[in-house]
Amino acid sequence: MKLQEYRSKEILARHGVPLLVGEVARNPAEARAAAERIGGPVVVKAQVLVGGRGKAGGVKLANTPGEAEARAAEILGLDIKGVTVRTLLVAPAVEIATEFCLGLILDRAHKTITVIASAEGGVEIEETARLNPAAIMRLPLHPLIGLQRHNVRRVSFFLGIPSELRAAFAETLTGLYTAFVDSDADLAEINPLVITDDGRLLALDAKIVLDDSALGRHPELAAMRDLAEEEPSEAAAREAGINFIKLDGTIGCMVNGAGLAMTTMDLVKLAGGEPANFLDIGGGAKADRVAAAFRIILDDPNVRAILVNIFGGITRGDEVAHGIVEARAALSREVPMVVRIVGTNAPEAAEILRRANLITADSLDEAAARAVAAAGGAAS
Amino acid sequence: MSILVNADTRLVVQGITGREGEFHSRAMLEYGTPIVAGMTPGKGGQMAVDGQVPVFNTVAEAVEETGANTSCIFVPAAGAPDSMLEAAEAGIRLIFCITEGIPALDMLQVYWILRQQGVRLIGPNCPGATSVGQAKVGIIPGDIHRPGSVGLVSRSGTLTYEVVQAMTDAGVGQTTCVGIGGDPIVGTNFIDILDMFNQDPETEAIVMIGEIGGDEEEQAAAFCAREVRKPMAAFIAGRTAPPGRRMGHAGAIISGGAGTAESKRLALQKAGIAVADSPSQIPALLRAAGVR
Repeated sequence: MKLQEYRSKEILARHGVPLLVGEVARNPAEARAAAERIGGPVVVKAQVLVGGRGKAGGVKLANTPGEAEARAAEILGLDIKGVTVRTLLVAPAVEIATEFCLGLILDRAHKTITVIASAEGGVEIEETARLNPAAIMRLPLHPLIGLQRHNVRRVSFFLGIPSELRAAFAETLTGLYTAFVDSDADLAEINPLVITDDGRLLALDAKIVLDDSALGRHPELAAMRDLAEEEPSEAAAREAGINFIKLDGTIGCMVNGAGLAMTTMDLVKLAGGEPANFLDIGGGAKADRVAAAFRIILDDPNVRAILVNIFGGITRGDEVAHGIVEARAALSREVPMVVRIVGTNAPEAAEILRRANLITADSLDEAAARAVAAAGGAAS
Repeated sequence: MSILVNADTRLVVQGITGREGEFHSRAMLEYGTPIVAGMTPGKGGQMAVDGQVPVFNTVAEAVEETGANTSCIFVPAAGAPDSMLEAAEAGIRLIFCITEGIPALDMLQVYWILRQQGVRLIGPNCPGATSVGQAKVGIIPGDIHRPGSVGLVSRSGTLTYEVVQAMTDAGVGQTTCVGIGGDPIVGTNFIDILDMFNQDPETEAIVMIGEIGGDEEEQAAAFCAREVRKPMAAFIAGRTAPPGRRMGHAGAIISGGAGTAESKRLALQKAGIAVADSPSQIPALLRAAGVR
C-alpha cells in the first residue's frame, strides 16, 4: 500500500528525519491560510500516488498567500494520469544547493533491507539506475542487526555529505531505517534529500510503500489508505477478500490462484481479446466469494463476456459449478459466460454448467478463445 | 529417485488440528505420505485425522518420539515465523511452509536464521512438493500426476497444477513437482531446485514455471546456460500484467521497468530454453526436446 507524501513525511518526522512537513489543504482557502501560517514562499503540491505529478503541473511555487490560493485552485481537480487531485500539501519553499536520493528497499535478491543512495537527486532512481548505474550505491544491511553506524558513514562519504552535516545525515538515514522497520515497509524513499542554500539538510519529498501482508499489525497505518484514489471496485474486492485489479479490456476474468489468473489474462490476449481485470478468488472458490466476484466484474460497463477458470484440485468441481449457476441467477445484467472447471468431479461440473446454458471448455486455450468470440471477436 | 521428499520422508505437520492442516494431512496420508506426527500446542496426547496421527505439544517432542525429519506448516501468518524457527530448533532440516501472508520483514530474519542452521526451507506461500508415487508434502492435488522423468519447479499454485495436468494428459510423467512460493522472500529459489533436478539421475528433463517480478528467472536462465544439460521448457505468467501493481502474489510486481514477463522470456530463450506461450504447449515442447 502506497502512502501519500504528507503521510510519509509525518512518519519520517516522527522518526527524527529533518524535514518541513507543511500543511495539508483541501481547498484554495485552506491553502491560503496554510501559506499565511508558514510565512514566505511555499510550494503547493498535489497529493497523488502516481508518479510524474511535477511534469503534469501538480507542483507549483507561490510567493504569497494569495498566489498559494490561486495555484491551489489550478491544481485541485487536475487530472494526473487518471487521478483527480483532491488534496494538496503546502510546504515551505527552500533554495536548493545540492540534491540527493536516499532510499531503503526490501531487497529480494540479497534477502536484506538495502540502502540505495544516489548523488543525482530529484531524478527517478530507476532512471539513474539505467542511465548512470555508477552514480548509485546499493548497500545491503545485515539482516539480523540492521543499520549500523559504519553503514551510515559509508553512505555519507559516498554521497559527499559535508562534515558539518554528517550528524544531520545520520539522523536522516537512521530515522528512515527505523521508520521502514517500525512500519513494515517495502520501500521508504527520500527524493530529493537536499542541502539548502543556507546549509540545512532536508527531506523535500518522501514516499513510503507498506507491506500489505503486515498491515494487520499496523491498524493506524492501514487507516491511512487513500480511498479517494482507489478504484471503487478494487476497494469492494478487498472487502470481500478477493485479489482484483481493474484493467481496460472487455473480458472479465475470474480465476483461483494468482499465477493461473495472470496466465488466463495472457491467454485472452493471445486469443485476440483484452482482459478487463485480474481476479483471484483464492482457495476453495466459496459460493459467497464467487457471487461477490461476479458483481465486481460486472460493475465494469466495458465487460462483454466473463471467463471463469477454476482449477479445482482438491475442491469439488460440481460444488463450484452449483455456486456459479446460483450466483449467475442473481446478477444485474446478462453477459455471455464461459466456464472451465478442472479437477475432482469435473464431468459432473460440466453437466451442471451445460444445463444452465453456460458455455464450457475443456482446455484453457479453448476457454479463452470462446470468451473472446463471445465478447464479439478479436479486438482490432 | 526424486528430490526433497520420498519414501524416507518422516513428516510432522505443524497446525495439524486446524481446518486446513487436517484436510490436507488426510490427503497426504491418502497419497501414502508417511506423516509420523502432528503438532498443535495444548493438544499433545490427542490423535488427529481420524485417529491416524499422534499430536505433540512441541516439535521437539515430535522429533524425539517419532524421528520426524521434515515439517509441513499450516499455521496462520502471525504464528508461522515462530513455527519455522521451532522446527529448526528441534532439528528438522527440511521445512515446507504453506502459509500465505507472512510479513516480509519477519521472513528476512527467519530466512537468515534457518540458513545459519543449515535448514532447507521451501516457501512460504507455496503449495509444497510431490514426488510422484512416493510422497506429497503440502497441498498439490495427488491425482494430477503421472510417474515419469520430468522435474517441475514453479512459483505458483494452481498454475502448477494446470501445467502438471497438461503434462499428465499428454502422457508426460513427472519425478518431483515443487512449488517454491510467490512471496518476495522465499527460502529456496529456482536455482536451488534446478540444481537438485540437474543432479537427480531419474530426472531427464526440467520444466520451470515463472511469473513477473524480481529477477530470479533471469538468474535461473543464466544458471541453466552454465550448468544444466538436460532438456528444458518454461512458461512465464504475466505478459499482460500492468506495471506497478501486485498481481495477487506479494512478489509478482513489475517495478521500475524490471521484472517483466518479456525480460524473463528473453533470458530463458537466450539460455536455449523453449518458452511456451500457453501451459498447453509444454508437453509438445518437451517431446520436441526428446522427452519420451
